[in-house]
Amino acid sequence: MGNERWSRRKFVSRAGKTAGAAFLGLSFADFLAACGASTSNTASGGSGKLEIFSWWTAGGEADGLAEMFKIYKQKYSGVQIVNATVAGGAGTNAKAVLKTRMEGGKPPDSFQVHAGQELISTWVKASKMEPITSVWNSEGWDKTIPKDLKDIVSSNGEVWSVPVNVHRGNALWYNKKILDDNNITPPTNMDDFLSALGKLKAKLPTGPLALGSSGNWQVQMLLENNILAAGGPDFYKQVFSGKASFTDANVKQALTWIKSMLNYVNSDHPTLGWDDADKRLINGTSAFNIMGDWAKGYFTAANWVPNKDFGAAPSPGTSGKYVIVCDTFGLPKGAPNRANAINWLKVCGSQEGQAAFNPKKGSIPARTDVSASIFDPIAQQFIAEFKTDALVPSSAHGSATPDAFASGVNDEMGQFVINKDVNKTAGNLQKLSDEFLK
Amino acid sequence: MATATAPPVGVERLRRSRSITPLSWDRVMPILMIAPSVILIAVFVYGFIGRTAYTSLTAWRGVVPDYTFVGLRNYERLFQTEKFQADIVNTIHFTAFFLAGCLILGLGAAVLLDQKLRGTIIFQNIFMFPLAISFIVTGTVWRWIFNPNYGLNVLFHNLHLDFLQSGWLTSPSTALNSLTIAAVWQMSGFCMAMFLAGLRGIPEELREAARVDGASEFQAFRYVVFPLLRPITLSAVIILGHISLKIFDLVFVMTFGGPGYATDMPGLNMFITTFRQDLFARGAAIATVLLLMVAVLIVPYLVWNLRGETER
Repeated sequence: MGNERWSRRKFVSRAGKTAGAAFLGLSFADFLAACGASTSNTASGGSGKLEIFSWWTAGGEADGLAEMFKIYKQKYSGVQIVNATVAGGAGTNAKAVLKTRMEGGKPPDSFQVHAGQELISTWVKASKMEPITSVWNSEGWDKTIPKDLKDIVSSNGEVWSVPVNVHRGNALWYNKKILDDNNITPPTNMDDFLSALGKLKAKLPTGPLALGSSGNWQVQMLLENNILAAGGPDFYKQVFSGKASFTDANVKQALTWIKSMLNYVNSDHPTLGWDDADKRLINGTSAFNIMGDWAKGYFTAANWVPNKDFGAAPSPGTSGKYVIVCDTFGLPKGAPNRANAINWLKVCGSQEGQAAFNPKKGSIPARTDVSASIFDPIAQQFIAEFKTDALVPSSAHGSATPDAFASGVNDEMGQFVINKDVNKTAGNLQKLSDEFLK
Repeated sequence: MATATAPPVGVERLRRSRSITPLSWDRVMPILMIAPSVILIAVFVYGFIGRTAYTSLTAWRGVVPDYTFVGLRNYERLFQTEKFQADIVNTIHFTAFFLAGCLILGLGAAVLLDQKLRGTIIFQNIFMFPLAISFIVTGTVWRWIFNPNYGLNVLFHNLHLDFLQSGWLTSPSTALNSLTIAAVWQMSGFCMAMFLAGLRGIPEELREAARVDGASEFQAFRYVVFPLLRPITLSAVIILGHISLKIFDLVFVMTFGGPGYATDMPGLNMFITTFRQDLFARGAAIATVLLLMVAVLIVPYLVWNLRGETER
């Protein structure tokens, strides 16, 4: 073969075939396979392909996903996994790509989707999903996954996706050294928090509270955390389902708190991302940051040790409450490799899968029976609180409210940061609620 | 042209031969040659424009298409939103300053480079390089340059020029102008290239003649060279104008429309409305408005161009 020269005819015929394959819309992976780099499908357990769509492209997220793929490979070695990822924070770009694929009738075998409205009002209501209730029951997940979590991936008596992990949206991060040096204990309510910020303002003149508001969703998280602090879980659920008004005193209180916090933030926040804000903690130019628990991954990547260099607490006023941001995987209608996809869902919901995925991802497992000992102390603290706290879905991350509403609130918070007008903003939020939550 | 006024002798014979073999190879061939591009453009450009315009009149919201006709309701709602009002103002502001910046810098650089001095070719290339970069890269680099903590501000501080420090992208009042600076940096080289080509195309004899008539160097430029550059300027305005109206990538990476709506643009708004908010009909309405805005700029140019061609 080595010395054999390609005749022109052979070349043309080969080129014609590959061009034909490309023309028929086969994926790049098919194309490679056709070119002769064939992977043998002789190994035991399963065959064909499995295309998993997600926005986990970087760092711990990608590592966690790779761990789950490894487990899948062990069980179904004949299946070729296609890792279809689209980069971009919070999945903005990935969601746009997914929408065009689903519209075009080319769904992946399974895709990452936030639990709640992003799943239900976007995909389930459009009848683009297949219920997975039978898988849920046969795997006995009722016993291991909390009912609150099952509820937000269910509608019309059917379950639609498997929660893989749980992130916490309402967390306050602090530079432990700065707090110790100034005799400040981690504040539990808003008054203590604001007075601590006031105390630190002289020492940290560029802003004791780190904020990165590029894209505005970080401010949106402040809003939902503060609404939870002001009104409690029941009011939170009502206001984000359109049953209570955004002109309520609780919402205005939440906005007023944000306004007070803005007196203590770094002035360059509109151009900073959440990670830039956390860098301020590491540099010691800020003492506090309010962010989801993915911030922990950033701190540990900078060789900060949990509970030694930095600590975490529920965001001020939200002790005993847990804002959940939950990634799940579902089964789209018309998945090309349905059987493989169902096996994937089983791996996602398994104890083994979640134990492998979550420590890398920096989240806690959706299952309550995964040993906490494999996690860092802050995750252990959150795992314990997750079992007892009141759980509410995040609106900023698409669980509590439909995308149209969440995105409108996002814009509104961008305006609020500039005009700081509590009444006007509350009124505008209510307008969005009238338009999209009714 | 002679052919247009007096019919040539062979026409009568041609007509007769046509009636005998109506599908002669000579007639079919050109049609076959242009048919693929005509069909592709008809479907993928005009067909899609029509589909978008139609979608903008429907109630489509969410991922399932809903073609219920609602008239101009989407446009009404759209123009009522504070965000879109800001978009329009921003676009006009950005386009005006972007065009002015590019034209002035481009013309200035071109005139300097046209002086036939040693080393101009090096500068010519340096000015052209930014054009080879995509707006995404430009945006990322300039976002770092404008970062208040380690960018221009630090440089100004070290040079004891503190009064030049500014909030750049962080403050609503300066963000749009900062964005414009980055865009001008990228595109003025292109303007320079066009003007340089224009200047090189002007015969030296014309300027010579002006000088002989007693015109100063400035007057020769003002009354001879400048008017001759008009077609080039118009082309540059058209090309830059539609880039600036449709700007998306630069805003996407530099500010994502913030702070507030300070740098939001219709293109970005369209993307977010369609793919994040799932308001497909409203997104289509923004696309249609954007098309009309570009048409206002392009159509007079096309008409002018067409008229020029028929006159020639």
